[in-house]
Amino acid sequence: MESQKYDLEFEQPLVDLAEERLIMHQEGGELENPQRMQAAAEELQTRMQEIYASLNAWQTVQVARHKERPRTTTYIRLIFEDFLELHGDRKFGDDTALIGGLATFNDQTVMLLGHQKGYGAKDQQFRNFGMPHPEGYRKAYRLLQMAGKFKFPVICLIDTPGAFPGLADEERGQAEAIASNLALMARLPVPIIAVVIGEGGSGGALGIGVADRLLMLEHSVYTVAAPEAAASILWRDNAFAPQAAEAMRISAREVLATQIIDGLIPEPVGGAHRDPALAASHLQTALKEHLWDLSQYTPAKLIEMRYQKFRSIGRFGQGDNR
Amino acid sequence: MITFSTEAVESRIVPQHIAVKCPNCKELLFEREYRKNLQVCPGCHYHFRLTAQERIKLLVDAESFVESDADLVAVDPLHFVNQSQVYAEKVVQEGQKAGMNDAVVTGHATIAGRPLALCVMDFQFIGGSMGSVVGEKITRTIEHAVLARIPLLIASASGGARMQEGLYSLMQMAKTSAALATLSEAGIPYFSLLTNPTSGGVTASFAMLGDVILAEPGGLICFAGPRVIEQFMHEKLPSGTASAEFLLQHGMLDLIVPRHKLRQALAQLLRFYSEVVPQQHRLRMQTHKTRGRMSFSAA
Repeated sequence: MESQKYDLEFEQPLVDLAEERLIMHQEGGELENPQRMQAAAEELQTRMQEIYASLNAWQTVQVARHKERPRTTTYIRLIFEDFLELHGDRKFGDDTALIGGLATFNDQTVMLLGHQKGYGAKDQQFRNFGMPHPEGYRKAYRLLQMAGKFKFPVICLIDTPGAFPGLADEERGQAEAIASNLALMARLPVPIIAVVIGEGGSGGALGIGVADRLLMLEHSVYTVAAPEAAASILWRDNAFAPQAAEAMRISAREVLATQIIDGLIPEPVGGAHRDPALAASHLQTALKEHLWDLSQYTPAKLIEMRYQKFRSIGRFGQGDNR
Repeated sequence: MITFSTEAVESRIVPQHIAVKCPNCKELLFEREYRKNLQVCPGCHYHFRLTAQERIKLLVDAESFVESDADLVAVDPLHFVNQSQVYAEKVVQEGQKAGMNDAVVTGHATIAGRPLALCVMDFQFIGGSMGSVVGEKITRTIEHAVLARIPLLIASASGGARMQEGLYSLMQMAKTSAALATLSEAGIPYFSLLTNPTSGGVTASFAMLGDVILAEPGGLICFAGPRVIEQFMHEKLPSGTASAEFLLQHGMLDLIVPRHKLRQALAQLLRFYSEVVPQQHRLRMQTHKTRGRMSFSAA
């Protein structure tokens, strides 16, 4: 019997069910009462499905930040067989938090970009927790330009708590690096698909997020500010992070409701970390579908549509002149 | 609302005081004298914040400013509530207090007789934060500049993206940057004036995309900002971090211009760029109105 970890707070009911099932198993349940074991397994699955079908914003944050959630490199390994990583911004350094390179997808060359958070303490340090420095965005700029020049479609996998907020980052122009990418991506003459696979951490995410199609994995989040930051400013206490998450409506489902994104990609029941291969398969299907759709447009048309896409985001009304 | 401060903490501008204390050198300044000095401390040259209207009056030819889109208001798309403060109500309150509907005033004017489109942000209104209205007004102004083929000036003053509008606010970074990319491709100059403070998502979008970037002396211009950095890195930062002078030193802007020289500097830039605008680029632009909004395609 496979063992599953239920380590998130809201998974407590599953912990209890799993324990009961374990006890039955230890008492020889498979032989004595196979139907009962089967029913218990199904109940566990159903319960997990129910819980994961109705996560609130803060619970979604827990899943999006899960330490075993598949990262960019996992999806690259599972989807793109011949990925060749390219390095450096040709100006200052090679950011380990933002990776990029070439791969074949559907018989064509694509440019891949993605934030990489890292697995385990040492790797997370090495990857700076997926928080890029300016050189990360400048590497992306270089690779995006290259993609435009050689007509490679671009796929961006977004998973970052945000751009790194260090002194050295201010010195090297973090804001300018992100801004430049926004302007470049807006007029890049190739299809661009961006998928939030975990955390879409505000400007740090948007720095590789201006795309023709914006997608989010089912249990990912996209924030204008981290819930903790929003809480400390608007609630004056970062303990209100769950409330801030709810108020800002950061879960993929809620973002879909605003129509800012173009679609959700379903995850295996219980989150992508339970079955990375299946999650990757869903992602691959979505990428294929959208790339196929985008391939029918000329570069000029793509740019026009992309402009309109972002042009139409915003809600305002008309009041009195003051 | 995010309020960043360097060591100098400036309280909200309330024009009825007889005297103000300079937050930087602590001198007591009589209202009349510091106003005569364009709201710059005569002692230490600390540049007090200006409202959008004051900034416009300072920069453009008298009576030349024509405002546009003054009636756009925020609508609380997320039905956002924090600590029993409803965003929709906050917008109304701030509007009444500041005498403006949102944190940017836009339109067109002339400087030394030369026309330009302009956007001037105002820190009074929810800390100059950028939500849908700021993004929309700025984008419309950029599109107007493209159509009219006139230079653009954006004066920034902001605590960053407006959290109460969630992702709508974040996406205004992309929307304004996309419009600026179109302006750039059309060969039209954009001058970005960074005033104290300019931070977060505003800095990381339109503010840092100017062909020429100017800043007033001493202003706080940053992405994360000293307070966030200090919390994150657990170290006290040297004074002057993320100031205009710091940015100049690190190659991030073109000019630091004291307030009394700003109009002159802009007039000079407009003169330099005046040959560029009328006949540059034979980019044929098809424009068609789609529900009152303009779209562009390169022929």
